[in-house]
Order: sequence, then C-alpha cells, then structure tokens
Amino acid sequence: MHQYIPNTEEEQLKMLNEVGIASFEDLVKAIPGDLRFKGDLPLKPVKSEFEHKRDVLEILNGDASTATHISFLGAGSYDHFIPHVVDVLISRSEFYTAYTPYQAEVSQGTLQAMYEYQSMICELTGMDLANSSMYDGASAMAEACLLAVRHTRRQKILISRSVNPVYVDVATTYVHNQGVSFEFIDLAEGVTDLSSLKDQLDDSVAGVVIQNPNFYGGLEDLQAIKDRIEDDKIQLIAVVNPIGLSVLEAPGKLGADIVVGEGQSLGNHMSFGGPYLGFMAVKEPLIRKVPGRIAGESVDVNGKRAFVMVLRTREQDIRRERATSNICTNQGLNALAACVYMATLGKNGLRRVAELCANKAHYLAEGLRAIPGFSIKTNDFFHEFVVQLPVPAADFVKHAAAAGFFAGVALKQFNPEMPNAILIAVTEKRTKVEMDAFLDFCREYFA
Amino acid sequence: MNVPANLKYTSDHEWILVEGDIATIGITDYAQGELGDVVFVELPSVGESFGQGDVAATIEAVKTVADVFLPLSGSIEAVNEALDDNSEVINQDAYGEGWILKMKISDAAELDALMSAEDYQASIS
Repeated sequence: MHQYIPNTEEEQLKMLNEVGIASFEDLVKAIPGDLRFKGDLPLKPVKSEFEHKRDVLEILNGDASTATHISFLGAGSYDHFIPHVVDVLISRSEFYTAYTPYQAEVSQGTLQAMYEYQSMICELTGMDLANSSMYDGASAMAEACLLAVRHTRRQKILISRSVNPVYVDVATTYVHNQGVSFEFIDLAEGVTDLSSLKDQLDDSVAGVVIQNPNFYGGLEDLQAIKDRIEDDKIQLIAVVNPIGLSVLEAPGKLGADIVVGEGQSLGNHMSFGGPYLGFMAVKEPLIRKVPGRIAGESVDVNGKRAFVMVLRTREQDIRRERATSNICTNQGLNALAACVYMATLGKNGLRRVAELCANKAHYLAEGLRAIPGFSIKTNDFFHEFVVQLPVPAADFVKHAAAAGFFAGVALKQFNPEMPNAILIAVTEKRTKVEMDAFLDFCREYFA
Repeated sequence: MNVPANLKYTSDHEWILVEGDIATIGITDYAQGELGDVVFVELPSVGESFGQGDVAATIEAVKTVADVFLPLSGSIEAVNEALDDNSEVINQDAYGEGWILKMKISDAAELDALMSAEDYQASIS
C-alpha cells in the first residue's frame, strides 16, 4: 500500500476490473504524455504525529504576523482588536459545526443571528434591506454590479479608478461572459473626478461604483457624485468600510442605491486573507432582485416571534438559470462574528473605535509629513493614507519588516506610476509608543 | 374550467384580449390554479419593446416562479400597477382585475397563431 493512498494493490485491481481496464496507466491515458509528471513525487517518509506537530510549529514560528510585528497594513484587511467573547461565542458547537443551517424548525438561533446581523448592517449603512452576507467585499461588489445590470437592463458599469484594484480584478472575472462592460472614471487629486464622471454618464450606464473611503484612503464626496447622476435609473453603488460608518455619514443617506463592503473589520481575524465576509444592503426598489440569502422575522404556529429564510423565489433552486445569483449560502460564521462584535461594542464602542483609528492615523500622518523627503498624498482621509517616500517603497518595506514593522502596502504592484508610494493604515490597536517607534525608524532610515 | 370564449390563448397559459391594435394579456384560470398563491409580479416598464416569445413579466408564487412569455411583438402600453400591492387578484379574478399588461400590437399576423377558447380548453382537459 502507498504511504499516502489508503487502498491496497488488490483493491486497486478490483476497482480497475470493475470499470473494465487493466491498469492505472490505462485509466489516465487520455492525459497527454507531456502533461504527465514523470518520476517519483519527492515526498518525505511517513512521520509520527509528534514529529509532524514539531515540524509544523517550527514553520509557524518562522512566520511574521501582527503578533510579531507592529502593523500598518490595510488595503482591505485591517488589524482591529477582537474582544475574546467573539471567538468564544462563534466557537460554540451549535454555530461552529452546522453547515447551511437554514431549516427553521431546528435553527432559530442561527436564523435570529443572521437577522440581527442584517439589521445592524442596515443601521450602519442607512439602507432598507441587507442580505445575510456574501463571500467577501470583492465578490459583493461584483454582485452589486450584476444587480444594477439586472435592475436597469443596461450593460455598462462605471468604476472609479480609486476602487480597490483587487476588487476590480475579481469583479472582472466574476462578470465575464455576462455581457457586462466596465469603464473607468479617472481621478483628480486622489478622488473620483466629477467632471470625468459627468462626461461618461449616458443611457447605457447601469451603475456607478465608488469606494469610500477609497483604496488610497481618500474621502469621496458621495453626495456630490449622486447629484451629478441625473438619470435616476442609474444605480449608485458604494463600497464602504464598516468601521468608518460610525463616524462618516451613512451612504444610504447620501443617495446610494446599493452598499457593499468587506466585513472583516467587524470582529474577523485578518487570517492571511480569508475567509472574510462581504456585506450587501439595498434600497427598497431592489429587494426582489438582491442576491444571497435573507433571514426574515415571522411568527410560528403558536404566534410567537420566529425567524425564517425569506424571498426564497429569487434563489437558484426555485428560479433556476434566472436566479438573482449562483450564491445559495452565506459566510455564516463570519457574519456571526461581525454580529457578536457589533453587539459587544455597541453604538458608542463602534464610534470610539472609529474615532481612535482616525485620530491615530492623523497623528502618524503628521509625524511622517514632518520627515524631510516624505509627503502625504491623501488629502482628506479616515484611517488610511498614501505616503510618498524619497526611495523605492519595496526596499523600505523590506527593511522596516526586518526592524519589526509592517510599514504599509507598497503601491507599485497596483499602480506602476507609484514606485515610491506606500499605503498606511492605522487602527485603534496602534499605541503612541508604537507609532513613535516607527517614526524614529523612518527618521533614522533616511538620516 | 373557466375559459372565456371571447379571448385568445397560448400553450403557455396566457390569455389575450384583442381590441383594435391593443392586446391585454394575463394568465389563465388554469395557470393561476397550478401556480397557487401569487405573491409578487415583476412588471415591465411602459414603453419597453419586446419580440414575440420574450419574457416581459415574472409571476412569483409561494414556491415557484413563472415567466410570462409575450405571444406577440410590440411595445408595452400599460401595466397593472394594482398587482404591486395586491398580486393575489390574479388568483381571484384571472380574466378581469388580474390582467397583467397591455401592449400595442406591431404585427397583426402573429394573432393567427393564437389558440381559440375551444382549442385551449381541449389542451388542458
């Protein structure tokens, strides 16, 4: 028997006989020879559990993370403090082990948690209805584009160049072959150029996608953008940071028709990129066209308050190829984490987190601005901003990491015209001592 | 089964009332019975143009969804906005208050392909 494949040669022969062929080679002969791996796989000998555990720990100990470094990383994933109660509650087996737990008779707790999550997202965004979450911020944005196309029966989506370029990549893949075209709106002073937008609007436009705060940290004037869009069929899609919503005006009050974003900041660990959750909220006219699952409040046979999946006719098992989305599930555990996080912090706690982020980010920006050769490229920002360095950013980031700092995200990978720029995010976790240490490092590095 | 003689029908269970160049379209009593309680009707916009066979409206029942295929090509003259608040009128009065849309007929020759009340009655019995 092979050390990694749990069947004997005898069993393999039996299976081959069953399908009427003589050897494993016959089974895979359809694969062209030049695509086949030749020789033996370089696998190590079988190890004991103890040896495996020791080896894995050794690998993990070599990792750099927010536990080992002072992090100013952002660009869509943020290092916020997560109260212990979040992980304790979501780890309860009733929540943790259930897969697609939507059956009302046995899942009142889960359904109520989804309903509460949706209600909180509505309150944060100022919208009428939220779904029970999507895969992540990027796929939620792509679904928002498809929703706008479906609702307006138009094909073109205008996307600001200040939208996270990774989200644009995902959305481009997501809408591929669905007859949707993307056109980009240029920037002026780091934010969406209103006059470009005005020129690009016509009666083929289904939606306009604006991220606020945008990828470069800048605050977009959603109200001014809404005012430029005279054709009220065009859907304004706002991609927002949920932490920022405690101090910034709710996009629903500024004219957004669809609000989406990444929910990781709400009680979910950065976890090297996922799993995360996307949130999506809409205004009333779109309710029947929203993708994803929705938990609703109802009454049971005894007239008691109860929760159940609602608006099910939008979904794939009923509407087949004309369903509002292929998504028939949600990021339940991640949405639950967001729900517990918001409930734990409450309105005042969320506002305090947002205020600390903003105050600390502005403190660090002022410190960096004072260093000769540094400039801050984002005018008005919440907790994230672009810093222009006197040297290529990649080198600086590498040296900073060696000194114990994740200095920020080098922007050249997203924009070749920004070789010396880094994107810095500051959360409530950063202390004055940490930020002063980073400022000292920067001053010494460039002295 | 209620199949009024003054109407035309399709095999997709729509009825058509022709008055001059305007056709009023709904679903038959048989169709509403098969669907069960109608909970929502998605209507097109007035002025929109459709070809014969296009889906112009969608009817949602509790556990299923049915498309309304246009038996004729033309543009939408009016939609039954009362369905927004009271879609179950389709169950209660399929041939009357439960009408779905009115369209301006662009090709009268397409009327020839519609079924008579007798033929429709035969097709569902």
